[in-house]
Amino acid sequence: MPKITYIEYNGKSHQIDVANGLTVMEGAVQNNIPGIDADCGGSMACATCHVYVKEDWFNKLPIKENGEEDMIDMAFEPNKFSRLSCQLTVSDEIDGLVVQLPKKQA
Amino acid sequence: MIKTDALIIGAGPTGLFTAHQLKLIGLDCEIVDNLDKIGGQCIELYPDKPIYDIPAIPECTGEELTNNLINQLKPFNIKFHLNERVDEVKNNNGKWEVKTNKGTSFNTPNIIIAGGVGSFEPRKFPAKNCEKFENKSIYYSIKDKTIFKNKTVSIFGGGDSALDWAIELSRNSKVNLIHRRDEFRSAQSTVDNMYKLSKEGKINLFTKYQLKDAKGSINLESIDIEHENKEVKNLKTDFVLGFFGLIMQLGPIAKWGLNLDNKTINVDTEKFETNHKGIYAVGDICSYPGKLKLILSGFHEGALAARACFTLARPNEKYRFEFTTSSKTIKSRLGVKGD
Repeated sequence: MPKITYIEYNGKSHQIDVANGLTVMEGAVQNNIPGIDADCGGSMACATCHVYVKEDWFNKLPIKENGEEDMIDMAFEPNKFSRLSCQLTVSDEIDGLVVQLPKKQA
Repeated sequence: MIKTDALIIGAGPTGLFTAHQLKLIGLDCEIVDNLDKIGGQCIELYPDKPIYDIPAIPECTGEELTNNLINQLKPFNIKFHLNERVDEVKNNNGKWEVKTNKGTSFNTPNIIIAGGVGSFEPRKFPAKNCEKFENKSIYYSIKDKTIFKNKTVSIFGGGDSALDWAIELSRNSKVNLIHRRDEFRSAQSTVDNMYKLSKEGKINLFTKYQLKDAKGSINLESIDIEHENKEVKNLKTDFVLGFFGLIMQLGPIAKWGLNLDNKTINVDTEKFETNHKGIYAVGDICSYPGKLKLILSGFHEGALAARACFTLARPNEKYRFEFTTSSKTIKSRLGVKGD
């Protein structure tokens, strides 16, 4: 199973096995990782599952679909490595992905 | 003090259908919602997005669903209290006393919380100092645009609200428009108009910048904005406006002594009652084993909570189950002709 690493704002790191097909957001929510709210449940309507993707991973991810960047405008302290974790589907290609969580989601 | 058989908190699809169920079985209800319009998340977050899993409706948008639910409520006269947030809930002799932030108060045996993920509040600037100037020089919505006349206004955001206000205020104010990237999410004509005003020097445009700090001892004097590449600029400004949309906050509900589980309210699956007698939770905000956050689940939960309300609202009567297809009583409530 692919491993995804979530690093909380305070530096605490969680390496989690997340099944293929789930999203990075679902991996966090199902494992009670603090710092991902996902208020809208993954419909790309709230920007509260915002993560910063480690630079070396950022360009390996599938590019943002229409609407994700618009939603990131709303996120808390976005930067150029910002993604919405509900839009990142886990697969063998992203085994080892590391995402950092913002200070808060809203 | 308004007396009603049931008070519904939240005018989203679940709240609306729950109201319909209450009226069908002969109970009164009123609805409070913090938004300025009916429809909840459907209207605020995805009015144009198609929904494909409403039973018997192959496809409809959030707005169409809301309009259909409002139409379904037409036979009934239901009082909506929009732009109001329920702040206080207190028990008084077995009845609930409810107060909103606008001072409206209710006395009711039943409260149905259909609050989605909580109430919508504007998203605010992360910078700490901003709180100090909020509602004095930093605003997240505009009530009186005349206060900006001949002043410098710094507007943050890249959507319709930010652009529309930048264009409007540029007529009588010095306007800075600051956005975190080069693209704007607004109608092309609006974006073109903004760029035109920027070329004419009527709007000072700063892209790839975000707010870093707000400065001033008593009154706001200037702001620091930071570029993606970390370069910082200081801008003198009288006002700051932030348009980052809305965020859902559980808000005062968290303080009513309900059993919560990660921003949701625990309920039973017979009445959808919380740990307080007469307070129910339905729709996205409730949780129980097997809970699905689907609109159709909210409808089911509302129908059962409405029946539970009957017992407390009409303690001396017995609830009798009836179908809308055959019941004369229900037909008369709906104002349709019986057979």
